[in-house]
Amino acid sequence: MKNKNKLSWKIAGEAGFGIKSAGIMFGKIFMKAGYEIFDYVEYPSLIRGGHNTFQLIVGTHSVNSVTKGVDILVALNQNTVYSNITELVPGGVVIYDKDKVKLTAKYKAQGIAIPLTTLAKQAGGELMRNVVAIGATLALVDQDLKIANQIVKNNFKRKGEKIVDNNLKALKLGFDFIKKNFKQDFLCCLPTLEAKNNILITANESLALGALAGGLNFYVAYPMTPSSSILHYLASVAQKLGIVVKHAEDEIGVINMALGASHAGARAMVGTSGGGFALMVESLGLTGLTETPLVIVNVQRGGPATGLPTWTEQADMQFMLRAAQGVFPRIVLAPGDAQEAFDLGAEALNLAETYQLPILILSDKLIAEGNSTVPAFKTNHLKINRGKLLNQTQLNKIKGYKRYKVTNDGISPRALPGMKNGLFIANSDEHNEYGFSEEGSANRIAQVDKRQRKLDTFAKVLPEPIIYGNPKAKKTIVIWGSTKGVLLDAYTELKSRQQKKIKIMQLQYIWPFATDFVKQVLNKSRKVLLVENNSNAQLGQLIAQETGIIIKDKLLKYDGRPFYREEIIKVLKKF
Amino acid sequence: MKEADFTTKYESTWCPGCGNFGLWIAMKQALAELGLKPENVLMVYGIGCSGNGVNFTKTYAWHSLHGRAVPTAVGAKLANKELTVIVMAGDGDGMGEGMGHFIHALRGNADITYVVHDNKTYSLTTGQAAPTANKGYKAKSTPEGIIEQAVNPVSLALAAGGSFVARGFAGQADQLKEIFKAAIQHKGFSFIDALQPCITFNKINTFKWYLDRVYSLDDNSEYNRTDIKQAFKESLIWGKKIPVGIFYQNNRATYSDHLPQLKGKTLIKRPVQVRNVAPLLKEFS
Repeated sequence: MKNKNKLSWKIAGEAGFGIKSAGIMFGKIFMKAGYEIFDYVEYPSLIRGGHNTFQLIVGTHSVNSVTKGVDILVALNQNTVYSNITELVPGGVVIYDKDKVKLTAKYKAQGIAIPLTTLAKQAGGELMRNVVAIGATLALVDQDLKIANQIVKNNFKRKGEKIVDNNLKALKLGFDFIKKNFKQDFLCCLPTLEAKNNILITANESLALGALAGGLNFYVAYPMTPSSSILHYLASVAQKLGIVVKHAEDEIGVINMALGASHAGARAMVGTSGGGFALMVESLGLTGLTETPLVIVNVQRGGPATGLPTWTEQADMQFMLRAAQGVFPRIVLAPGDAQEAFDLGAEALNLAETYQLPILILSDKLIAEGNSTVPAFKTNHLKINRGKLLNQTQLNKIKGYKRYKVTNDGISPRALPGMKNGLFIANSDEHNEYGFSEEGSANRIAQVDKRQRKLDTFAKVLPEPIIYGNPKAKKTIVIWGSTKGVLLDAYTELKSRQQKKIKIMQLQYIWPFATDFVKQVLNKSRKVLLVENNSNAQLGQLIAQETGIIIKDKLLKYDGRPFYREEIIKVLKKF
Repeated sequence: MKEADFTTKYESTWCPGCGNFGLWIAMKQALAELGLKPENVLMVYGIGCSGNGVNFTKTYAWHSLHGRAVPTAVGAKLANKELTVIVMAGDGDGMGEGMGHFIHALRGNADITYVVHDNKTYSLTTGQAAPTANKGYKAKSTPEGIIEQAVNPVSLALAAGGSFVARGFAGQADQLKEIFKAAIQHKGFSFIDALQPCITFNKINTFKWYLDRVYSLDDNSEYNRTDIKQAFKESLIWGKKIPVGIFYQNNRATYSDHLPQLKGKTLIKRPVQVRNVAPLLKEFS
């Protein structure tokens, strides 16, 4: 039986084997061949050795999740046979390096032995085993070398002609080996389709691009997995785009540098993971009290402490909602995939300046480091909104300018240092309307209320949670963040009879909370299931707190792995 | 501009006779004599007695968290190079909680001025020993005397790559004013260790104690402030004699000088508009 237009491919071996670069090339080949891709990397926190895997899910519709089952496994070392062979689906095959890897008798029938080392050496070097394996896989799935040659050329172009030629040779050797030695009746078949105008991108990169589209001109960070590729990407384009990108001394320096820049008028953003965010917390309160616009990205990994540095989890939501002493308003957003990361990256800067408060973006490792195909981003629908930022002419007309003026909407007109007639103190002490320190009772109440009112103002235009599936269905699944991908992918695979009975509600704007909407949806549902990548149902806690509704059915996962599509399909079928 | 142009109507909360007054007056005079306008100056304050100066000094101001004034000032200067950015922080703030930022800011050499009010105590929290307190100094949290050796801010600044390193004394406001002027005019990170007696909690390092000890580097015609070895040697002198003045100055490139993208128009004065990212998408296609 043939699986047309679908493939789950995994390549595995030690760090330093070129696992990831092979994966990206493979992904691009199929993107150019008209397919949709999602990729998923597992790696320990080390530079050489260990066990790295790169899995690629290929399909004709948008793909945003990982499958547990693997159709083609490429074993570059023996450890892959021990660790991953049970993932093979019935009829799946393992391509293994005959020169280095031994297959157990049980799996012999599924094995495709290729002398990867010999062929790679023949092409010019052992390191090219990954490229030989790509060539072999292409032959197995009925894809020719036309697109692959171009991708390999582009990939190695900057390393010189010789390297390009060697890799092209490696690709062909792998391809020819299969053509010559194996019959072509394999379970997957992926011929070239009509190409789409897609890009292959991670949510870290798309978030960075969204922020750039939204006028970002100041980014500060300290490296921390899995947020670092935001820093790397922005640093790579900083000079070309004329923006400041700074790797600061620590996360406390990071947020305060960004606050200084934002105070001066920059569109500023910082990025980190949970541990770095923990260091920023006192300054998060300062952001709130001084009403300084700032976007803070937390790309979650498994915590607490160093935790699971390279694995995925959604366990920082309650922390983000509560972080810092005292009471101040904040907005919390959670993109579900690369496209949403782009959209929210742009919108976050507008929200920060409009409401003059911290915007917290919660992403996670699964989407932050996993590439997916999305339509090339458009910017023509975007707008820049700087809120109540004054220009010099407006400021000249104000007598006795008050930076923290008590207003009905809670938002006060904002001057920038350097402007005439606008002197004020951005004060970490409680302050009066001018910014002077003041501890009086009436003033305290007026300022606390004014700051909180900004959220009431935003609540009036708060985007509603997103509903997928049949809006009238009585069975509701509640999700946030990256679990969107696996829920939608699993839902797509259900029979339409089953689909009709289910709707999925995704909370993208976590705070302020869409209380009325969520209450209504849940009250109208006969059955509700909460799906979260954490151990204590953090969205469930928030829903209980805000609506009084306790969701009893929960599917929680907290082993550092994302939900696999098979797991969710099984649950949905029984739901 | 006059000194009074930099004074707000808010009444000072410092103790009468506090060393902070000397620094405050010297700084306001320096700003006035340099012809700076309050709206073109951003003062970034730490938390402590020195930070409370935020309310009575009239410029744009940022009152930061304890220890965090320096990175804030660096960020503001990168965003708006037209501002004169000055940090006023205490020695508890700057040499305790903010020590890491201090060293890295010296390395980076952003064009800002950093004044540490050095009174060897945490005065606002009732007089515990600051990292600058002399070994053996007795206070509430160290009743048997502080065990750690005192931080030497001048030597540290020199070691970390400071391009302008000075020490002044609140009891000699005229010299301090001249040091502040030179620091503000210096292109790069200017550091001033400003000795400033706490008359309420520190009964040892008093005005008289300092007056008996300080001597000016300017009085030594042999002193060469471009010689880092001489500066180091001089910076280690502390006890019977205490040198004040500009220890060292060089003209190495500032942080911004290394960023070609900051040449030309000030970052925050460039139009903020939707950026066309289409050309950036090529590497992902």
